[in-house]
This record gives sequence, structure tokens and C-alpha cells, in this order.
Amino acid sequence: MTGSIEIQGLTKSFGGFRAVDDVSFVAEDGKITALLGPSGSGKSTALRMIAGLERPDAGRITIAGEDQTKTSVQERRVGFVFQHYALFRHMTVQQNVEFGLRVRKEDATKRRARVLELLELVHMAPFAERYPGQLSGGQRQRVALARALAPQPKVLLLDEPFGALDAKVRHDLRRWLDELHRELGVTSLLVTHDQEEALELANTIVVMHEGRVEQVGSPADVYDSPATPFVAGFVGSANVLHGSVVEGHIHLGSFRLPGASHLEEGANATAFVRPHDIRVAGGDGDVQAVIERLASLGWLTRVTLRLDGGETLVAHVPNEELHGVAEGDRIGVDLRNPKAFLAPEHDADPDEVTPGSAPVLRGATGPVD
Amino acid sequence: MSARAIQRPQPSPTGDEDLTQLRNADARRGRLVRGVMLAVALVYISALLVAPLAGVVLYALRSGLGTIGRTFGQSDVHHAFLLTFMIMAITVAVTTVFGVVVALVLARDRFPGKRFVSALVDLPLAVSPVVVGLMAVLLFGRGGWFEPFFAARGIQIMFALPAMILVTIFISIPFVIREVVPVLQELGMEEEQAAWTLGASRVQTFFRVTLRNIRWGLLYGIALSAARAIGEVGAVLIVSGAITGRTETATLYILRAFDQYQDQEGYIVALTLAAFSIVLLVGIETFKRRRTGEGD
Repeated sequence: MTGSIEIQGLTKSFGGFRAVDDVSFVAEDGKITALLGPSGSGKSTALRMIAGLERPDAGRITIAGEDQTKTSVQERRVGFVFQHYALFRHMTVQQNVEFGLRVRKEDATKRRARVLELLELVHMAPFAERYPGQLSGGQRQRVALARALAPQPKVLLLDEPFGALDAKVRHDLRRWLDELHRELGVTSLLVTHDQEEALELANTIVVMHEGRVEQVGSPADVYDSPATPFVAGFVGSANVLHGSVVEGHIHLGSFRLPGASHLEEGANATAFVRPHDIRVAGGDGDVQAVIERLASLGWLTRVTLRLDGGETLVAHVPNEELHGVAEGDRIGVDLRNPKAFLAPEHDADPDEVTPGSAPVLRGATGPVD
Repeated sequence: MSARAIQRPQPSPTGDEDLTQLRNADARRGRLVRGVMLAVALVYISALLVAPLAGVVLYALRSGLGTIGRTFGQSDVHHAFLLTFMIMAITVAVTTVFGVVVALVLARDRFPGKRFVSALVDLPLAVSPVVVGLMAVLLFGRGGWFEPFFAARGIQIMFALPAMILVTIFISIPFVIREVVPVLQELGMEEEQAAWTLGASRVQTFFRVTLRNIRWGLLYGIALSAARAIGEVGAVLIVSGAITGRTETATLYILRAFDQYQDQEGYIVALTLAAFSIVLLVGIETFKRRRTGEGD
């Protein structure tokens, strides 16, 4: 029924701007693949090209083994879910779901059975006679999903499907989509700027930045072994530190971090340390720091630390590991799992941590947001 | 990022009681302003719209059933109405079909000179109908650019139905376009794109999705277009020659009636035309309210 999506060298420019630049990846059969990136990274354009809503300048799109690069959107038989639902406002829920079957001239009895089945599946059967304007955002998106699934598409493409919903509904719907996908097993490609969403739902994450693919991997790969500084900063949040490589360590003035043995001796390097990889060690530790500020995040505390060298770090520490420290205390700090990269050639990144600057956390969300 | 809203407490400059008093004062002032504006609006509308209309109605009805019957019994009047509604029907058909095409292009496509085209659409509203008639004479009249072409084929344009239809269409062009473009812009293309991904062809999508979504704007544009077409006099006067029983529309009949001191007949025909337009516009407005109340 379903099949994989293979993308090779997909490229698209708008005017002089390269929105999608030589993008290749495979969305595996029956799995959820996430296209993750900030806005303007080209992920939606890539998705729209796969759907046939935009024409690529170059590249190849294969869906379920068939070359679909030049076919029309109607021929591709993809299910597409839009961020703003795009339900037909003058049709009832039932008519919306039925639309794809009606235009394909399906038999009326079959149509009715399929619509009922889908409305049950998305828990919208009691609302069959309502109009989209009478539904909440979450309900509308469930109808949109049922509508996209009705003609039994080979693949399901979702463009920021939860982007217009508030946090609570977004979380519920995400969990529900996960269950639904386990039940149906339709190959799904999900565009999102929310790394948490990608980490939770996807089997494979394709991280995009400025039209290019930065990394393709499992959520664990992308989070634990980021391939580029961008991925390290974008997926999860991280403290950014700059130093130079000496004997496989990054020297940062008052202390050094391991994990740079793959980098050339003497090179300028950037290290990314996740807030939850910083531990308050008590008396001794990798480095000494003064607690500037403690802010409760519920079960975690956000600890702002000033190192002896002047750098500021943000740590997320479980409350019970704080052992009653207070602002102004001098403590030892351990930095674990630093991810080291060669510093970019160009001028200083505006986000970098310089001695005495405000703490900088790169990445959209912390673990508790 | 979480969607948690930051609630910033609003420091109030005064105590709560002061604030309540201020609010009440504000509300009073608001009511006063609203009352004055309502009065101005009502006086304006009644003086300029309702009063003349009432005048026509009263004058036409006062002439009595006999005159009304006699007026509608005249073959000139029959022919004038027939001609008017024929021109209206053709005008509406043309401005609707091409208006929707132009609206789709203006709302959806980007091309050099789009602003110019968009401004051009409003031209008929800015140009006096008499000038429109003169332009038609320039093109199709004796010695006009296109005159040799049609004359050679024995087709009469000027002082005949074709020229009357042409100028009426010209004058009615903006209405459908102006009503439909903003609706299309607000709709965006997502519903149509959704229809395509569901397998609907462009034609199916147009009739099942786009047309349904623009229908009220379109109907209103059609009504305005129709009202404009039946009310047109200046341009038609110039290109028709106003030949009684042949190229005399209802409005031209009214002009002649007044010229010949047959005021009552003139008012009766005028009232009929006005009533038709009003019923058209009010009817669509009511229908729309009733229909939109039930769902979308």
C-alpha cells in the first residue's frame, strides 16, 4: 500500500535565493521522517516539491519506487496536511473527508463506509455534520488528517501540522498522531521547526539549514552526535564555548574540555555543552564557578554560572542535586559530553559566549519548555 | 518555544474607584459620539437616497392604475424593457465570466504591469459614460478604426445593439472584479491546493471549491453589474441613436418621456427599473445572511 520517498539533489531557487539546495534523503517505508529546521531553512519548500505543489529546478523525487519528479500533484496520490488545516469551509466534516473519494469517482456506498471509518479513526464521528468554522483547531486538524488519508495515499506529507495549535493541544495531538501512525503505518514526512516534536515522533530526522541538509540520522544520532555546529545548537539547547585545541582537548582559559582529538592541534574550536550535561559537583569539579542566579523550572532549576575565566554557562540541574546551594556560592562544576567542532572561518558568531557576556543558550527550547 | 504568555501586571495610574468613574465618563462620551454619528448617517442617507426614491414612488403611484396600465401597454415601453433586459443579460454574462478570470489573475498571479492592469480595471468608474460613448464612436463610427472591417462584412455596430452592448459591458467591467479580488486574496490558495492533493483537477477544484468560496462576492458583483447595466444612459444614448422601438432602452425611454412632457410615464418606468435593482441587491443581501447563518 505504502512506500518510501527518495529525494536526490533537489534544488529550487526563488529569484536569486536558493530556497532548497541539493537536498537528498530517504524517508523510509512505513516510518515517520521529520524535516527539521528553523523558518527559512527550505523544509516546507522541499515538502511542497515532493507533493507536486512546487516545481523543482533540479533533482529527482521517487515515491514508492516511481519517478514522480515531473508528474502533476493529482497524479502523485500523496496525502497533504497543511499548517492551517485548509479545510473546505463550505463543506461539512463528512463532505470534507469525502471530497477526495468523490473527485476520484468512487462508488457511493464505498465512499460512505470509508468516510465513517475515518471519522471513527480520528474520533470525529459525532461532528460529521458540523462545518469547519464550528470546530476547534485540534478538531480541524484531525478532520484534515482524515481527509488526507481518505483516498489511501501512498505517503502522508505534513507541513507543520501542529504549528497553529496551542501548547496543550499540540502535545495531545502529537501523542495521538504517534499512536495513529503505529496503527496505520503509512510513510510520513513531517515538516517542523520544533525539535521536541521531531525527536518525539520521528524515526529519522533530516536537519535542514539555509536550504541544505546538515545531518540525517535517528533522533539519538542527531541529539548525541551532532554532525555540525548548527545541529548541535539547534537540536536541543547548548552552551557555546570557544577555545583552541591542545593535545585533543579544548583549552578555554581557566580550564579544558576533552573530546577534541578529531581536531587539528592549535585550531580554533567551538564546544557545545548541553545544560543538563553540566553538574554541580560540590567542592571540586572540572572548573570552579560562582552561582549568579537560580531560577526554578519546576522539577529542574536553571542555574546561571560564572566561571573563573569570565564565561557564563546555563545549567539545568534536578532540584534534588542542588544540595541547598544559594546564589553567590562558589562551587565546583563538571561539564560532560562536550561536542567539539572547528570554529567557523568567518567572523565571530553573534551568539558566542565571550568573557563577561550574558549567558547564551543556543537552540529553540530547553528540556522543560 | 512554549506558547506560555507572559502576563505583565498593568500598573493602574489611579485607584479602582477613580478608574471606574473614568470608564463611565468614557462610556458616556462614547455614547454621545455614537449618537451624533448615527444621526448624521441617517440624515445623510435619507436626504440623499430615501427622499428621491420616495418621490419617485409617490409620483409614479399617484398617477393612478389607469396610467400605469396604459404605460405598460405601449409597445415602445415593451420594446424598451425587452432591450434593457437583453443588454443586461449579455452584459452580466460577459462581465461575470471574464470578471472571474481577471479576478483570478489579479489575485493569484504576479506579472509586470499588474498594478497598471489593476488600476485600469477601475477606469470605467472614473470615466464619464458620455466619454465612453464617444470612444466607441471613435472606434466604430464613420471613419473609426474598426469601422472598415465591420462595414466590409455588412455588420452594423453603431446605432445598433452591438455598440449598445459593448459600451454597457465597458461600464460594468469593474464590479465583479472589484468584489471578487479581495475575497480571493483573503481565501488564499490552500483550499485549492488541498483539493489538488486530493486528486481534484483544476476544473473540479474551480467549481467545487473556488466558486463556492467566492459565491457571495461574485453574486454581489453580478447584482451591481446588472443594476449598472439597466441604469446606463449616457454611453448608450450616444451610440444608440435612441431610435424609438429599435434602439431605445428603458432609460432612453424615460429621457424621451420627460422631453415630451409625459412625466408620469417616465416616473412609472423609472420606478420599475429602481425597484428591480433594489430587489436584486436587497435580495442577495438577505439570502446571503440567511445562508451564511447556517454554517460557514
